[in-house]
Amino acid sequence: MKTIEPKACPVVAKHIKVALVGQPNVGKSMLINSVSNAHLHVGNFSGVTVDKTEVLFDYKSYHFTVVDLPGTYAFTDYTIEERVTHEYLCNYEYDLIINVVDSTNLEKNLQLTSELLTMNKKVVIALNMSDEAENEGIDINAEYMSELLGVRCIKVSAATKMGIEELIESIIATYEEEEYETKLIFSEAVEEEITRIVSYLEKHKHEANNSYRNIAINLLKNNKKTYARLHEDPIWTELQPILIEASKHIELHHDSDDIKEAFAEEYASFNRGITTEVLEQKNFEAKATLTDKIDRVLIHSFLGIPIFLFFMWGLFQLTFEIGAIPMDYIDMFFGWLGDTVGATITNDGIRSLVVDGIIAGVGAVVLFVPNIIILFVGIALLESTGYMSRVAFLLDGFFHKFGLHGQSFIPLVTGFGCSIPAYMSARILKNDRDRLLTLFIIGFMSCGARLPVYVLFAGAFFSPEMAGNVLFIIYISGAILGLIAAKILKITAFKGVDEPFVMEMPKYRLPSLKLIYHTVVTKTMMYLKKAGTFIAAASMLIWFLSNYPHNLEVEEMYMIKIESAVTEEERIEQENLLAEALLEKSYLGRIGKFSEPLFEPLGFDWKMSVALQTGLAAKEVVVSTLGVLYSLGAEVDEENRSLAGAISKNISFASAVAFIVVVMIYLPCFAASIVFTREAGHIKYFFYLLAFTSVTAYVMAFVVYNITKMLV
Amino acid sequence: MKTLLDCHKACKVKVLKLNAKDELKQRLISFGIMKEATIEVLEHAPGKSTIEIKVGKMRIALRAQEAELIEVEKI
Ligand SMILES: Nc1nc2c(ncn2[C@@H]2O[C@H](COP(=O)(O)OP(=O)(O)O)[C@@H](O)[C@H]2O)c(=O)[nH]1
Ligand SMILES: [Mg+2]
Repeated sequence: MKTIEPKACPVVAKHIKVALVGQPNVGKSMLINSVSNAHLHVGNFSGVTVDKTEVLFDYKSYHFTVVDLPGTYAFTDYTIEERVTHEYLCNYEYDLIINVVDSTNLEKNLQLTSELLTMNKKVVIALNMSDEAENEGIDINAEYMSELLGVRCIKVSAATKMGIEELIESIIATYEEEEYETKLIFSEAVEEEITRIVSYLEKHKHEANNSYRNIAINLLKNNKKTYARLHEDPIWTELQPILIEASKHIELHHDSDDIKEAFAEEYASFNRGITTEVLEQKNFEAKATLTDKIDRVLIHSFLGIPIFLFFMWGLFQLTFEIGAIPMDYIDMFFGWLGDTVGATITNDGIRSLVVDGIIAGVGAVVLFVPNIIILFVGIALLESTGYMSRVAFLLDGFFHKFGLHGQSFIPLVTGFGCSIPAYMSARILKNDRDRLLTLFIIGFMSCGARLPVYVLFAGAFFSPEMAGNVLFIIYISGAILGLIAAKILKITAFKGVDEPFVMEMPKYRLPSLKLIYHTVVTKTMMYLKKAGTFIAAASMLIWFLSNYPHNLEVEEMYMIKIESAVTEEERIEQENLLAEALLEKSYLGRIGKFSEPLFEPLGFDWKMSVALQTGLAAKEVVVSTLGVLYSLGAEVDEENRSLAGAISKNISFASAVAFIVVVMIYLPCFAASIVFTREAGHIKYFFYLLAFTSVTAYVMAFVVYNITKMLV
Repeated sequence: MKTLLDCHKACKVKVLKLNAKDELKQRLISFGIMKEATIEVLEHAPGKSTIEIKVGKMRIALRAQEAELIEVEKI
């Protein structure tokens, strides 16, 4: 018998909860990624992280919980994402704040830092992007800065992982320390008033959790909560006149009638002071930075938009051209897999389930992985180089005409990848009306899961040289339709004043291959995982629904015909007819037949109708359904067993175009609909969306079908 | 009175006053657009509907309506 080894006395590990705060795009998420093994989404524009995410990791005997918060420029509640951060900082429990700062733009970043320093919380400052700062000849004296601010400042680089360990050690040291007061000093006028209020509070022995200085600053800044708390106190009657006097004094000093503006100026001059003390700019900045030079071309008044369109066109061209190369192999692989696996299964029913159900369904989806990868690479480049914000800038004027906000561009582009993060990222829009409008339009930006449908149909009806262009046209027309829909919604449902547009344009960055690789691999794996699980299950269900109930009468009738067939050709023809007849009698066939009249005016046969309905679960299922239905049904001869072949044979061109139009417009998948409802804030919006997309899809498809029929 | 919108490309100005209301004013301030700040106009989007400016080291895109609220003086 084994003796149980006495375990080493477990050290009671300490939990440290850290809130990660900083302005947008300073590398907060990347910093967490380099500290832990997390793979948070990193991108070079403001508004990448729109919700708080917790990441856990251990270091020595400490358990760390780091909360990645959306970036915020200052303590305002301008947008939802900023509200998330503000709320968290004020109302949640955490031990300390890591304030991530972009070393290459210290003075501006300190704007938030100085507000954090008045919060009465422990703070550690991470001077991130040290690598970039060094390249730009910026030298920050971190020790001196720590001394001046009274908090630890550590130079780090999330990209090169420099200083990470030191940062963690400083967090621990700060955590173990007693509370302390930071050294933020205001102008004489403000300090004078602070002292006056503090001594008043001291005189009355006011009881509070915060320091008196902190209370005084909050009162002067017109902080609502502090006001509310003191309002109840008997000392308020005496305190109020003092405050009014103090405000007057400060406003006079700043020649402004806005106390918030006055304080902003206070902070700004403090920050200017700190920056001059600790920052040294070596080999004076070259006249025009690289970003300036690139911008001269990319956001040129006349060339900017054509260049952008060219990039888009190029992307879809590549998607088709390069994506098509491995496609044949994947197709062959699944064909081979089907045959090989099929040969080992003796039971007819099970063989059909595996070969015609699972393998055909999943294969139809996996076939498009190369296209998806190229699309994801394109989006990752757009996100990580800094070009995204430029396009928002270029298109703002245009968008504005359609009632959209320039920043709507960011959720809309995200929508080309997947609608779910797109709905989330609409949070960067300040105004609820703008946000709702954007939420309604996101579906018009065809997501990655719809790409397979387009590639399939483009490949079936057009030569390979044209297919890329067709793809580009499909996406552009989706976007244009979206804009028109936005305009209509804006003048009907979402009337209202225009919101301001103020957006930071980050500097261009060369994206690291590792980062792109990670983003693309993560997204592709998600796609594959979905194919292996959800799509496989859906394919099985569809197979079942299309095989049962077995109609024996029909089978017998055809069996006789098949047996009495004279020639081989006749026999095959009868077999195909049998398969077709059985399919029509199945559950799925009945559903299809039942809904066929509804879709008849659009030129869809029942298989297409069914594919659209199953596509409500997920857009990939459209393709897998077609895959199952056409591999079961007739018309799949040996030479042309591919789905594209079957489609070009069975579907007329006009119907195909109408089908694409419906796929382009109708309701996003189930999961996305849930996120949409959550972000929109009420279930009623889901029904609006359902009605809006269904009606639009139907009408558009009807029009397009009839026009195409006339032309062709 | 001259506003940021009247400025040509590559022109450098100093902010005199922000005529924006509460929230927008806070927003502009948090971007560093406040009294005494130096602004450089970098680029106009087609139709001058949107402009790109540089404040300190930060590039910011603004719509014409917002630029009009920023009173400036040439330096
Ligand atoms: N050179 C350099 N780039 C960085 C560093 N940290 C972040 N970045 C880049 O800065 C951008 C913003 O990063 P992200 O983590 O999304 O910022 P967040 O918005 O603060 O979460 C990305 O393009 C990163 O690649 C760094 O230390 N050095
Ligand atoms: Mg982030």
